[in-house]
Amino acid sequence: MNYSIETNDLTKKFGPYTAVDHINVGVQAGEIFGFLGANGAGKTTAIRMLCGLLTPTSGSGHVAGFDIMKETAKIRTRIGYMSQKFSLYPDLVVRDNLKLFGSLYGLNKRDLAARMDEMSAFLGLTDLLPRITGSLPWGWQQRLSLACANLHKPQILFLDEPTGSVDPVSRRNFWDLIQLLSAQGTTIFVTTHHMDEAEYCHRISIMISGKIAAMDSPQALKKKHNCETLLEAFLAIVEGGNR
Amino acid sequence: MPDNIIISDLYKNYSGEHALAGVSLSVPKGCLYGLVGADGAGKSTLLRICTTLVSADRGTARICGLDAAKDFQAIRSRIGYMPQKFSLYQDLSVRENMQFFADLFGVKPKEREERMTRLLEFSRLAPFVNRRARNLSGGMKQKLALSCTLIHTPEVLFLDEPTTGVDPVSRKEFWAILSELRAQGITIVVSTPYMDEAHLCDELLFLHQGKVVRQGRPDALLASYPLALYTVWSDEKLLTVSQSVTLPHGVALLYPEGGAIHAAIAGEERPATEVLSLVKTVVPGATRAQRTKPKIEDLFIYLLSEQNDAESSPKQ
Repeated sequence: MNYSIETNDLTKKFGPYTAVDHINVGVQAGEIFGFLGANGAGKTTAIRMLCGLLTPTSGSGHVAGFDIMKETAKIRTRIGYMSQKFSLYPDLVVRDNLKLFGSLYGLNKRDLAARMDEMSAFLGLTDLLPRITGSLPWGWQQRLSLACANLHKPQILFLDEPTGSVDPVSRRNFWDLIQLLSAQGTTIFVTTHHMDEAEYCHRISIMISGKIAAMDSPQALKKKHNCETLLEAFLAIVEGGNR
Repeated sequence: MPDNIIISDLYKNYSGEHALAGVSLSVPKGCLYGLVGADGAGKSTLLRICTTLVSADRGTARICGLDAAKDFQAIRSRIGYMPQKFSLYQDLSVRENMQFFADLFGVKPKEREERMTRLLEFSRLAPFVNRRARNLSGGMKQKLALSCTLIHTPEVLFLDEPTTGVDPVSRKEFWAILSELRAQGITIVVSTPYMDEAHLCDELLFLHQGKVVRQGRPDALLASYPLALYTVWSDEKLLTVSQSVTLPHGVALLYPEGGAIHAAIAGEERPATEVLSLVKTVVPGATRAQRTKPKIEDLFIYLLSEQNDAESSPKQ
């Protein structure tokens, strides 16, 4: 099977410390894959390797069909990346942030203009284009981040805690968009600490100390651990794993 | 028992926009008081005024019996404040960070060592005392920030979203620490985007666009939830129901909730089967419905929709 994201025993060591320890994942095109785990479990390190920002110590991986060891430049044009900490320029207006990120991703003027119109309409940002980014409520800034990461029509979106400090209503609106993108064929690789959001994923993995401790659909994981919510299942798996 | 925090009719504008528009509240000693609200509701502004970092345009804030506008220096020595981005020194160790904050607050060396030992034990950070802050996990950083905030034994703690970006296990641990602090008689005001945490508070304040929308004990607030709530399970994976669909007649709110859907019915309670067929008109894959008790998350969604309705109606 052709996976959108695939790793084989992917490993990263920092000196004597193993941050990512032989992980194996296969994510299909259009799948929403929740990459969960405790703080410090190695999620961000793994994502950085998949995005071509960090060289693995051993193992291998392919993203959009390209080797994460050798073809990082090709990978970067096919992925979008968004994180809670990812900085839009707060003193630029919304339009200029879009222009900047579109140019950085190498879109030419005409394509950029067309994609900006398309993304602003899709994300409901059209009325906000002349507004100063920093003056927008946080939920809207997150939408703009998503628009910036999605301008160049990436096959795969990496979302690292996209809804950290977002209120319950804005979070749901954000996940509406994620599900629409997935339905259109974009692969979504997302981390979150909100376990109710993880329920919207097709499959999730739970990482403990660099290793993947569990991987399945949310329904199957709840059933296996005999829990009503994914939060309970997560606590059972992580607290059990730490003992 | 005297109230530790008394806020009366607080107003604050930032460049013409209301951050706070008439907020009043009081917090008794030893209370764990939660602030919730949509993004930009005014939670951080309220905390900054209470901690004397920003002055109000109008109204008063009295903390430990002192006026935030006049006695700010006295207040600062009696409170602890953990802002959203607490600045730990990344290249200092756990111990050095705590020592630094102790010195800032003028804690005497002998007392300092005693308190550090206690706080390290309390925050379960003792094994990591020589680790640099940079190399701590997100949850440990937040516990260190809290420990630094507690080094001068404040009477009142103000915490601005202390568990954002913190995993569920560490969040549980962090809240266990908060309830220990409360048991010691410390008053805690905490804002959070996690509604399961809001549920753990003694009292809650819902803010919306700088105004108080509701305030009270979580169970009392939930008892005031005016709709009949149902959980609906569905075979359909796509749960994009919150914005795009037109609601079936009689359904006030419809939104994804965890692995299922919540449907809130206005007016009389109805049989679950009836609710199921209503929901089926927009979510054909719906298979089962059951009456459900609302949680704070449901109340939040209801209150926000109520506010949005109130805002849009005069224009019509």
